[in-house]
Amino acid sequence: MSTQVPAGYKWWTGGKSPYNVSYGKLMMWIFLLSDTFTFGALLISYGTLRVSQPYWPDPNHVYNTFPFMGEANLPLAFVSLMTFILIMSSVTMVLAVHEGHRRNRAGVEKWLLWTILGGFMFLGCQAWEWTHLITGHHPVLIDGVVQEIGTTISRNPFGPVVPGLMHDGHPVTVPGPVGFGGFFFGITGFHGFHVFSGVMLNILMYFWTRNGRFDRQGHYEMIEKVGLYWHFVDLVWVFVFLCFYLI
Amino acid sequence: MSNEIAIQPGISGHEVHEHHEAHHHHETFITKYIFSQDHKMIAKQFLITGMIWAIIGGLMSVLFRLQLGYPDLQMPWLEDIFGHWAKDGKITPEFYYALVTMHGTILVFFVLTAGLSGTFANFLIPFQVGARDMASPFINMLSYWFFFAASVILMSSLFVQTGPAAGGWTVYPPLSALGDASQGSKVGMDLWLVSLALFVVSSLLGGLNYVSTILNMRTKGMTMTRLPLTIWGLLFTAMLGILSFPVLLSGFILLLFDRHLGTSFYLSDIVLNGTKILPNEGGSPILYQHLFWFLGHPEVYIIILPTMGIVSEVMSVNVRKPIFGYTAMIASLFAIALLSFLVWAHHMFVTGMNPFLGSVFVLLTLLIAVPSAIKVFNWLTTLWRGNIRFTPAMLFCIGFVSMFISGGLTGIWLGNSTLDLHLHDTYFNIAHFHLVMGVAAFMGMFAGVYHWFPKMYGRYMNNTLGYIHFWVTLICAYVIFWPMHYEGFAGMPRRYFDYMGWESFKQFAELNKVISFAAILSFLVQLSFVFNFFYSIFKGRKVTTTNPWGATTLEWTTPIRPGHGNWPGEIPEVHRWPYDYGKDGREFIMQTEPVGKDESSH
Repeated sequence: MSTQVPAGYKWWTGGKSPYNVSYGKLMMWIFLLSDTFTFGALLISYGTLRVSQPYWPDPNHVYNTFPFMGEANLPLAFVSLMTFILIMSSVTMVLAVHEGHRRNRAGVEKWLLWTILGGFMFLGCQAWEWTHLITGHHPVLIDGVVQEIGTTISRNPFGPVVPGLMHDGHPVTVPGPVGFGGFFFGITGFHGFHVFSGVMLNILMYFWTRNGRFDRQGHYEMIEKVGLYWHFVDLVWVFVFLCFYLI
Repeated sequence: MSNEIAIQPGISGHEVHEHHEAHHHHETFITKYIFSQDHKMIAKQFLITGMIWAIIGGLMSVLFRLQLGYPDLQMPWLEDIFGHWAKDGKITPEFYYALVTMHGTILVFFVLTAGLSGTFANFLIPFQVGARDMASPFINMLSYWFFFAASVILMSSLFVQTGPAAGGWTVYPPLSALGDASQGSKVGMDLWLVSLALFVVSSLLGGLNYVSTILNMRTKGMTMTRLPLTIWGLLFTAMLGILSFPVLLSGFILLLFDRHLGTSFYLSDIVLNGTKILPNEGGSPILYQHLFWFLGHPEVYIIILPTMGIVSEVMSVNVRKPIFGYTAMIASLFAIALLSFLVWAHHMFVTGMNPFLGSVFVLLTLLIAVPSAIKVFNWLTTLWRGNIRFTPAMLFCIGFVSMFISGGLTGIWLGNSTLDLHLHDTYFNIAHFHLVMGVAAFMGMFAGVYHWFPKMYGRYMNNTLGYIHFWVTLICAYVIFWPMHYEGFAGMPRRYFDYMGWESFKQFAELNKVISFAAILSFLVQLSFVFNFFYSIFKGRKVTTTNPWGATTLEWTTPIRPGHGNWPGEIPEVHRWPYDYGKDGREFIMQTEPVGKDESSH
């Protein structure tokens, strides 16, 4: 595809692709544009509801735990690790695509496996974080009684602190905005579903590579298309990370 | 990637041809008619599914027009058919709301989006850009079958005990989010949401194919400015769908969560039926309206842009003149497509939005009048001093322009936020959008069906029935919708079950009878079109030449009954734009004819 073209070459005259890409890649690009609008709508909805609330939990306070570290206060450490894993899986995907260009089947297989592993690790981290949020109970003052509740789509323990009230050595809060959990689980879940789909696609690509399908076709373009999708999912995570953990 | 390998990647066009000829008789019934990957067959599948939906949706309007025209009449046969939905021969209020909701959903999405774009994008894009099939015939087939699944689910919702969705076709929460709030918000609402989600997938798969086929698969010489306007209309339609439907999907996902998981995206501070206090807080029903109308407004252009393209093409063929202002037509399509994303809040002037924000949306909305007017003037100028052949397709083109003007002008009224405060949700609004995107889109669709029927089935439709179809439809459309403007001025709200309890609306009792009579008549005449369509498939007059209308575009260079792959030999090369009519003393010059040495430029 990337052959030298003379200057003044007319791309739009028909009989060829104006962008010098196959229809399959073009479709993937347009699909990603469409999916951008899906995520965009969800994130903008989150933003509008969030700014309409008088109080919103501080992410540094909500996401401050790390597996096996007990009660240590490590704000955003775990999510940084998750993000690092996902970005590294994009790097291995790039390497898989690169080996595909060189038509090196063994190289493609190796880097696809690393990408699949990265994807599963990210999903595992997400599962841990969800579980921790749902089961990690915090004392909240509800109807005059202190109750221990976790973060779910309809409950949120991270409201403003009740001055002077302690429970088992923890400050007691009032319930926080319920939209917090709804949007957090909704949007990270929707993103996680995309990652999961990407991992499944990568596994399919791995088996197709192994049985020589792309060698028979003479090119590894399918790996590139799945790679585009994988990088997109990665890019979306950057925005999810920004909107839920940093702001 | 060249066009030759569209169908069978990896082999040349010549081999495609031989492959096709050699294996033609091996096509089974299932691969040819059911799970077909041929764009022509998929187009027919969309068209016939759309027609079935149109009959059902039209029949629903007949039922609720019976209620509106004759609120006191008892029709025991209704109870025989619908049981407790029509107790004592009268439609119940729940049934009425279900009927108007499903009428809107079916006509907007299943008929005028899938039935229209699905038919003509599939049928015309490969033909008119000069491709053997869509970029991905397999994804194209999936697009139809997702639509089919959506259809089955929506159809099944008509038969559940609590009935289909019944909160209006926009399904605004909180009504649609709370199953306890009404009959129509129970399982019927879930089926509605699932069906529409599948519909979005179908639309996306179709749209990806349409855009990449138009951009990538054009034959040699087919520059973008040599594309027929049908293709331009379908290109912008597909782009609108690709960018706006996902936002609707997001809105539906959140709505489903609110319905079943106890989230509070759209719900806050609700007391249900005066007794039950709901725990939801912090959500905003207005958020749903934003998400819905971000699709909802482009959606009306998804409906009308394909018909604008069809009308431009069919009109030019039948006035034997080039379309007036080809470039202006493309530019105005582009302007309309772009502006359609920036005007959604004009559906929400009465939600209590900031008046300053409202005025921005008023300005942007009124701007759409400019490209729309450019198109109207171009059509009128194309007709001007044309050598018009009054085929049924041509009559429907003229009907389209008439409807588009009548309905479009009232859009300028409704686009003003101050006027909209009075006219919002009245019959004025009903009249406006039925004329400008309902009847007008149907007229354009009929024009397309009558015009391309010979290419679809190798036979003509019956002209006499076509003329009757056109005139009765045109007259009935005005008889139905013109008086609704007056009712709307008087403040008569839409979606009410019975108006006779209001002194101010009693004056319209007789008028409503007239409207209902015309609605029933126009429904019956559509059945004559359906009869004409199916009768002509088998018994219509046979087409004897490849180019019966004397048109210039590529689909008329294929055999009368083209096989899978469209052209038996090489795909023709294109040398000129598609509107060389009445040039240098010749009636028409096909796009495939090289430009002569002494030819004048257009």
